[in-house]
Amino acid sequence: METDVVRSHTAAGTVQTARKSKLAIASAKIRKDWQLYTLLILPIIYLLIFKYGPMVGNVIAFRRFMPGGNIYGEEWVGLHYFNMFINDPVFWNVFKNTLMLGGLGLLFTFPMPIIFALLLNEVKSRKFKKFVQTASYLPHFLSIVIIAGMILQLTAINGSINALVEFFTGSKITFMQQAEWFRTIYISSEIWQGMGWGAILYLAALTTIDDSLYEAAKIDGANRWKQTLHITIPGILPTIVTLLILNIGSFMAVGFEKVLLLYNPLTYETSDVISTYLYRIGLESNNFSYATAIGLFESLIGLILVLTANSISRKLTERSLW
Amino acid sequence: MKESIQYKIFKVFNTIILLLIVFLTLYPFINVVAQSFSSEAYINSGKVSLFPRGFNVETYKTVIKDTMFWTNYKNTVIYTVVGTAISMVLTTMFAYALSKKRLIGRRPLTLFAVFTMFFNGGLIPNYVLINSLGMANTMWAIVLPGAISIYNMLIMKSFFENMPDELEEAASIDGLNQYGILLKIILPLSKAVIATMILFYAVAYWNSWFSAFLYLDQKELFPVTIYLRNMIAGATSGMNSGATSADNLTQIAANIKSVTMVLTILPILTIYPFVQKYFVTGVMLGSVK
Repeated sequence: METDVVRSHTAAGTVQTARKSKLAIASAKIRKDWQLYTLLILPIIYLLIFKYGPMVGNVIAFRRFMPGGNIYGEEWVGLHYFNMFINDPVFWNVFKNTLMLGGLGLLFTFPMPIIFALLLNEVKSRKFKKFVQTASYLPHFLSIVIIAGMILQLTAINGSINALVEFFTGSKITFMQQAEWFRTIYISSEIWQGMGWGAILYLAALTTIDDSLYEAAKIDGANRWKQTLHITIPGILPTIVTLLILNIGSFMAVGFEKVLLLYNPLTYETSDVISTYLYRIGLESNNFSYATAIGLFESLIGLILVLTANSISRKLTERSLW
Repeated sequence: MKESIQYKIFKVFNTIILLLIVFLTLYPFINVVAQSFSSEAYINSGKVSLFPRGFNVETYKTVIKDTMFWTNYKNTVIYTVVGTAISMVLTTMFAYALSKKRLIGRRPLTLFAVFTMFFNGGLIPNYVLINSLGMANTMWAIVLPGAISIYNMLIMKSFFENMPDELEEAASIDGLNQYGILLKIILPLSKAVIATMILFYAVAYWNSWFSAFLYLDQKELFPVTIYLRNMIAGATSGMNSGATSADNLTQIAANIKSVTMVLTILPILTIYPFVQKYFVTGVMLGSVK
């Protein structure tokens, strides 16, 4: 193959023949291996229709769209819909709420699996460890509808949390009707859902730490706390850094479905996020173009965050998503 | 070497903390089960926590008699089976082809797929697309748009990549073509990753509700998650945006909700202890790509 290319370079002396023979080689390869290539047909069609189709559909952010009309809109309106949300005070409130829920969520939920993994690491009994792990993964497997149902039930006026609140304070709190409680409830439930599952990668990283390091530390007289500080934590630090960067990259992706199931107009002040706002604008008020513009803006910010986080991760830890 | 007193104290506290975590994790489940067997009066006065009060199974009988519940439950099973089957076929084909280093365009195709993980068309363009394809109010709106999870595909791809090339060489000498190699040689050796992928997809379809919420308006087509959502939204008396129909405005008894939740999570709870190790394997496979 290589000699072929070299020969056509020297003999004919033109790039064109080289390219031709490359093409010929490629098509010969494909012909020989055609069955392998047929496997790609359906997945590529799938991606084009269901993934790239909607990306092209974003063009209606720049065009006036009539429900039932052309799916790519009727006429160009430029940045009209983008100007609309930039001047929309509700948009800036939901933007702030998204940052708050995402940012506070990251701050409180990110350390939990690490602490949990470190505590589990001190357990000697394998059975007990397995039991705790199995129980802690469970919420991860539930439908968000069930999770929302459980949250509503626990925070209800006759729910278990209010039974405790009443015991200590003598009065009850209408949690889901008060905007100031929404973030607390949202983030606590995120911890409940994700702490056990999030610990898996840390637990795996913990098993790779060389036992001889601990032996050496013991001989030097380091107690367990010192060993944790100087061996265990540095041992899982690359995993922590990688996951932190990736989480920062996706922190704007607040749980849309969960908010949609838990919020109501009484809590919009803190609970309404970009995705729920555009959902109402688009599908309840039928303002498709405006909602698409907001969605495109959100997706672009998300993409920039992920790409930035990934390139930082690649530089710092030599690990990246691709 | 002897453990210090402090470390012994720490270990006692550690065990207590971990048991507390287990208790708090499981409490919502226990509470739902307790409520499902309790009478309305005890729930409304806030007296049900760990154990049923005013024990009764009448609520179970009421829910079990509701034919719509079973229609919706059957839909969930159908969507899960059909969706998982479609997903597995497409994902396996894609992952296998991309796992071959000799595939021309392998890298651009992988990027073409991975890009969709980080940038998607967004809610409204998806909604417009599904409606213009005439898929609203059909099962296809539920099972096709999410058919390939690129994350799952990458897990499978890296699994196939780790298989020795000699397998394929030996098989082609034996006269098997590509399809034969995939079906008769590769897949039987990939049972672990296939089991993991089936579980990932099946749980996702079983739990999904939003696409059904967006694209289905006929009660007969709803999965059980929508049945439950309408019940939950109804109980907050139509305040939730989206809860509009008149029958949602009536208060739905808390014990009926609990029974519905218990019946919905029961299949997951029953298989969970046996399959959770496959999920952990899947996460591990996913992290080493």
